[in-house]
Amino acid sequence: MGRALLIALIGAAAFAVLPALLPSYYLGLVTKMMIFALFAMSLDLMVGYAGLASLGHAAFFGLGAYTVGLLIVRAHVSEWIAFPAGVLAATAGGALFAALALRARGSYLLMITLALAQVVWGIAFGWRTLTGGDDGLPGIPRPVYFISLAGETAFFYFVLLFTGISALLLAAIVRSPFGRALRGIRESETRMQALGFNVWRHQFTAFVIAAGFAGLAGCLYVYHNRFVSPDFLHVVVSAEALIMVILGGVGTLLGPAIGAALIIFLEDFISSQTQRWLLILGIIYVATTLYAPRGIIGLYKEYTARKKQR
Amino acid sequence: MSALEVQNAAKNFGGVHALRGVSLSLEEGERMVLLGPNGAGKTTLFHTISGNIIATSGSIKLFGADITRLAPDARARLGVARTFQITNLFANLTVLENILLAVCGADKLTFRFIRPLEGYSGIQARARGLLDTWGLSAAGDTLVRNLSYGEQRQVEVVMALSGEPRLLLLDEPTAGLSPAETLRVVEMVRKLPRGMTILMIEHDMDVAFEIADRIAVMHQGRIIAEGDEIAIRGNKEVSDIYLGVEETDA
Amino acid sequence: MIWVIHTLNGVSFGMLLFLLAAGLSLIYGLMKILNLTHGSYYLIGAYAGSTIVAKTGSFALAAVAAPLLVAGLGAIMERFFLRRFHLDELPQTLLTFGFLFIFADLCLWIWGGDPVLLPKPVPLASSISIGGSSYPLYRLFLIAIGLVIAAALWGLQEHTRIGAMLRAGVDDAEIARAMGIDVSLLFTLVFSLGAFLAALGGVLGGPIIGASPGADFEVMLLAFVVVIVGGLGSLRGALVGGLLIGLLDNFGKVFFPEFALFTIFVPMAIILSFRPTGLFGRA
Repeated sequence: MGRALLIALIGAAAFAVLPALLPSYYLGLVTKMMIFALFAMSLDLMVGYAGLASLGHAAFFGLGAYTVGLLIVRAHVSEWIAFPAGVLAATAGGALFAALALRARGSYLLMITLALAQVVWGIAFGWRTLTGGDDGLPGIPRPVYFISLAGETAFFYFVLLFTGISALLLAAIVRSPFGRALRGIRESETRMQALGFNVWRHQFTAFVIAAGFAGLAGCLYVYHNRFVSPDFLHVVVSAEALIMVILGGVGTLLGPAIGAALIIFLEDFISSQTQRWLLILGIIYVATTLYAPRGIIGLYKEYTARKKQR
Repeated sequence: MSALEVQNAAKNFGGVHALRGVSLSLEEGERMVLLGPNGAGKTTLFHTISGNIIATSGSIKLFGADITRLAPDARARLGVARTFQITNLFANLTVLENILLAVCGADKLTFRFIRPLEGYSGIQARARGLLDTWGLSAAGDTLVRNLSYGEQRQVEVVMALSGEPRLLLLDEPTAGLSPAETLRVVEMVRKLPRGMTILMIEHDMDVAFEIADRIAVMHQGRIIAEGDEIAIRGNKEVSDIYLGVEETDA
Repeated sequence: MIWVIHTLNGVSFGMLLFLLAAGLSLIYGLMKILNLTHGSYYLIGAYAGSTIVAKTGSFALAAVAAPLLVAGLGAIMERFFLRRFHLDELPQTLLTFGFLFIFADLCLWIWGGDPVLLPKPVPLASSISIGGSSYPLYRLFLIAIGLVIAAALWGLQEHTRIGAMLRAGVDDAEIARAMGIDVSLLFTLVFSLGAFLAALGGVLGGPIIGASPGADFEVMLLAFVVVIVGGLGSLRGALVGGLLIGLLDNFGKVFFPEFALFTIFVPMAIILSFRPTGLFGRA
């Protein structure tokens, strides 16, 4: 635990000095990486720990984002209310989805989460008078919480604070008795029941927690972009979160954060070099599945294990 | 009051009668072994007691409380523990982690989100104590999937014990074990506290007679004989149906 | 009379959805694969069909050759990629999603970003009069061919050796294997058949829906809704679900344009909450 704390402190310090080193564009890119790292970690709680595969995680990301956007643009509500309301809406959405979807498992669960997320996308896309439809809601200013967060540096620290705290909370959750029980459920539901665990209630709670953190990421992203559109809710975003989790290393939290940073970086870098980003992204999906199913963390562990053997 | 009272339990699977009205009763601290050929309904009866299957009709009472329709986890919290015929452990966790989960379940320590499990010293001590008591300390950090089959069966029994259950259901704990491993498991069961009520499915006659206070023989979804060793060995129907089958079955 | 027109529109669209959902449903029923590339098969079918029609002028040739090409593509995906991850849903999902991206970008590369509409085959390009208003003959042809294919698939499933193997495999692949059925070949055949049907949907839908970037997603999602409503692994579910969603989509667009997608998704969510396995799915 001491070592982990030390690493966390060094990591935090390294992040803290970034604004002094990076030009504003790249600082914005790192901010985006942190937001998606949070999003991917929240999905990892479901996929990697609770063993619940989801293709609808973007729904909670988008619910958070749209709640903030709508409250600020349409209802002119204080950002002190809009931000927590966004997280709350995503959490509530998670509870509803979980209640509907948790009877299914495996690929059926994937399909149902996908379909439910598509309902939310359908609302955002179709209800033009409220959501602006395809055009989305532009003109969402970055908030003022005591100080203005309009500048890249101030906003970077704002996101760093939330992502950092969330990462610590998630890391605590997966080591807690609750998190251990989730791992047990992933391995064998019948055994956990025989030991007196209410499996459904555990999975439901994990689902809702994951939705809440995904909603938080969505709220941060809407401020980052100053804009929200149905693209936030698209199944591509759900799938992107999934590849971030797998590419980094499922069930490790750190891995999905790395995976998120890598995908965001590649997207930015490759898009600036060629038109064929989608093709390359597809190849990343296929290659990861074939050659690195345990992700970057898995490859690293294999490497150190082999070194130890020698 | 009986520890376990099964009354007229029946179970149909789409027209197939797996249980045709089974009644049995165990006093507190009694050890009963269920014998019977494959397909006699022993495991189905177990499932209806543990809650993995809900009986089509009939009732099941645990220390007087009706548990006929309760979910498996609710029954576990009332003191029913079981092992599975096919080893059902957390293969990718260590032995200690397996036992820790069992102790957490028994202590209803489930919805705690912040402090790491390592920080609950009482739980840790109990899990390590169980490993010590049952001679599994050396294997504590081994992944369960790397254990021998015999060791896995032992872990399975220890997990069931960790909640100090009032009713322990053992589904063929010695199936597939070598004679030496069988002996070890039989020793484990004999060492259990006398107050614990035990119902056990067993194929091996010698093991059954060694452990049981009373034996029930099942055939085609019914109990056809019940009694002590002498009564069962002397029962004509049993030797026709079961003892004959067992020779070819083994 | 407007009702008849809308109903016919809904039914003909429903038949296209059936073609897509039937393959998706069979593949899921047999292999438990959630094939996210299914919409791409539609798209490639439509694009390749348009090229074949442009080069040869024969719609009939397009309706055979393009689906065969896509069936080969499906066979390759199943044999060399998906097979390695049998019953492991996460890698299967990532693989099929990866192929979705790859195919989408390749299509954009080859056929560009402008929407492509296939010309209707000449004998079917005219309209007939229904109660005073003219109605395109092609849509009636779609309904007829949808029924023919549904009957053919049903016959295949119920009355042929392959169908018997398929039914055994859907019930329990392990037992089917133990019975000496070549499950490996069956998997490839069914996967290709699914791809074939989706691509056929692409060619047949080409004159009314057409092909454009993003159509792969839309079509895939509609097909998913159909199998959720109808029940996975069931041909009857794919047919009934396809017709239901086709009609709901059509009437939704007419009466609640702002909530067009809603008229599909709300019934889906309701069915999901009361019958999680769909109308005809097995538990």
